Amino acid sequence: MKKLIVGMILALLPVTGMSAGGGGPAPLQANIDLSNHASIQRGAKLFANYCMGCHSAKYVRYKLFTEVGLSEDDIKDNLMFAGGKIGDLMTIAMTDEDAGGWFGAPAPDLTLTARIRPGGADWIYSYLKSFYVDPSRPLGVNNTYFSNVGMPHVLWEMQGIQTPVYKYEIHHGSDTVAVFDTEAEADAYLKDKDENHRLERVVDRLEMAQAGTLSAAEYDQVARDLATFMTYIAEPIKLERQRMGIWVMLFLVVFTVLAYFMKKEWWKDVH
Amino acid sequence: MSFMNWIDERFPATKVWNEHLAQYYAPKNFNFWYFFGSLAMLVLVNQIVTGVWLAMMYKPSATEAFASVEYIMRDVEYGWLLRYLHSTGASMFFLVVYLHMFRGLIYGSYRKPRELLWIIGVIIYVAMMATAFMGYLLPWGQMSYWGAQVIVNLFAAFPFGIGEPLSVWIRGDYVISDATLNRFFALHFLLPFVLAALVFIHIVALHKVGSNNPDGIEIKKNKDENGIPKDGIPFHPYYTVKDVVGVGVFMIFFLGIVFFWPDFGGFFLEAPNFEPANPLKTPEHIVPVWYFTPFYAMLRAVPPMLNSQFPGVVVMFAAIIVLFFLPWLDRSPVKSIRYKGMLFKGAIATFVVTFVALAALGTLPSTPTRTLLAQIFTALYFAFFLLMPFYSKMDKTKPVPERVTK
Repeated sequence: MKKLIVGMILALLPVTGMSAGGGGPAPLQANIDLSNHASIQRGAKLFANYCMGCHSAKYVRYKLFTEVGLSEDDIKDNLMFAGGKIGDLMTIAMTDEDAGGWFGAPAPDLTLTARIRPGGADWIYSYLKSFYVDPSRPLGVNNTYFSNVGMPHVLWEMQGIQTPVYKYEIHHGSDTVAVFDTEAEADAYLKDKDENHRLERVVDRLEMAQAGTLSAAEYDQVARDLATFMTYIAEPIKLERQRMGIWVMLFLVVFTVLAYFMKKEWWKDVH
Repeated sequence: MSFMNWIDERFPATKVWNEHLAQYYAPKNFNFWYFFGSLAMLVLVNQIVTGVWLAMMYKPSATEAFASVEYIMRDVEYGWLLRYLHSTGASMFFLVVYLHMFRGLIYGSYRKPRELLWIIGVIIYVAMMATAFMGYLLPWGQMSYWGAQVIVNLFAAFPFGIGEPLSVWIRGDYVISDATLNRFFALHFLLPFVLAALVFIHIVALHKVGSNNPDGIEIKKNKDENGIPKDGIPFHPYYTVKDVVGVGVFMIFFLGIVFFWPDFGGFFLEAPNFEPANPLKTPEHIVPVWYFTPFYAMLRAVPPMLNSQFPGVVVMFAAIIVLFFLPWLDRSPVKSIRYKGMLFKGAIATFVVTFVALAALGTLPSTPTRTLLAQIFTALYFAFFLLMPFYSKMDKTKPVPERVTK
């Protein structure tokens, strides 16, 4: 019977492994720390200044940030540019119809992005760092983590402008059979191959073409602060939940041990 | 105790207490597998209590449902705890019930005279699936919406021109909409009380025939001079104190998930469900929650015939209906796996692998290889049941002892 249980558990393992995979490049490590209130506060300020022109966080009340060390006056002075009450939701004035007309798609609400995107904070961090120049797109930029994204690179002044370095992959079915640095080399390789071979241009890496107002390390911190903030608003209770959970576990362990000895005592006359 | 006398003359309180707890004799050799019945009741109570409180704050409307869940998660005091207890509880309910059913399978608890007990249990399982399916629509996320769309469309596959009207009748609309959400909420609130009534009937049936045990021996055949089974012990206090230990261990597991891993890597709370329902945007990969995936895998395994998905739907429903016939499929002279032979043991082991494999395949996008695997496992699933009359009879069994063993 024990073998059976172990077998059942082992049989489940590959599922968890496979579901962790997915398309696209592996996200960069954001290394966020949800207990870092300064980072959440900086993220809140960046979010209010750069994101909330288009994106709401409409399930969050401004009052939430009193939980991360801001006073009501701090919140009103630094985050609420249009006035309103501290208990208001973080809504925006732009309608989905307008956004659809201007950007081709409504700007999604960002409250839960950290829970929707695989990788959460790491995905947000990677996305914010990976805009690059692509003249074929209406807004002139594209993103390695979100191909054909409709969003402009709002933080470009801080980060600077990145250009892509492409590589040229030859695919045969689902296999990559060869990789070249230039299109000419790839074309030469393709000449004597059958039509099952396809050439695909992929972004290999991004290069800084024009420096921004921040150094690379400073911009990384900006992206990290936003990722921390968005992870915080996606589930503000997370750290408290875990703190509370430790006490619940301690109680249950004591309870179960006592229950076990009680059972033993009652059962000692059963043979 | 004159107060109890006063009550007993008007209501059989002491009689019921004795018949069902203090003088209900259960076999003394219950093992690990016998915790899951009481745990299933515990989880049902958890679902009802947290559910009623959630319903006080939840709004069953297409425009407000998603926001009201976020309101519960953020603005309601301990609303997040109620919600995680409820969402994790749903998965725990199925986990516990699957283990409870597996116990019945290995120890032959469905065999005469417990056929009706088993059938009532299968009805409970079906009612649970209906409850869980309707409940999953309520958060009104992307997976809620599209999952419900896929399942209701199964009914549309019904032939003879009744499929389409049937699915419209279920939805109350041509697509999943506010009307669907409203009726699913009403039924999701009602069904748990039906479940509670079914559980009551399940226990009445159990106490009529008495509990089976890991040896598959009828303890009522060996009674002492007072008419008490020699291998029986009063349910209370022996199994009440024992079940408390089980509750403790289970709660560590259950609340460990609630407090530390409530989405369980996307298996209990799916990432696309944090995005509000959008009828114009189909998710790349629609997956039901893990407890439905074995049946979903069987549905997808059957290729459409004559341009109709109906055969797949039939296979999926047949996979559940076959459970009702289990008591009559098993022809072995013994009940428990302990005294059954290698044929039956092999069949059970294959069945476990089959069920887990189908569950895994149901969570993954289809590929030709996976579809082939799903077809093989679907065949194995049905073979386990339909070939049982033969292999259970041919099986070489061991002699069953007179009295229960340790």
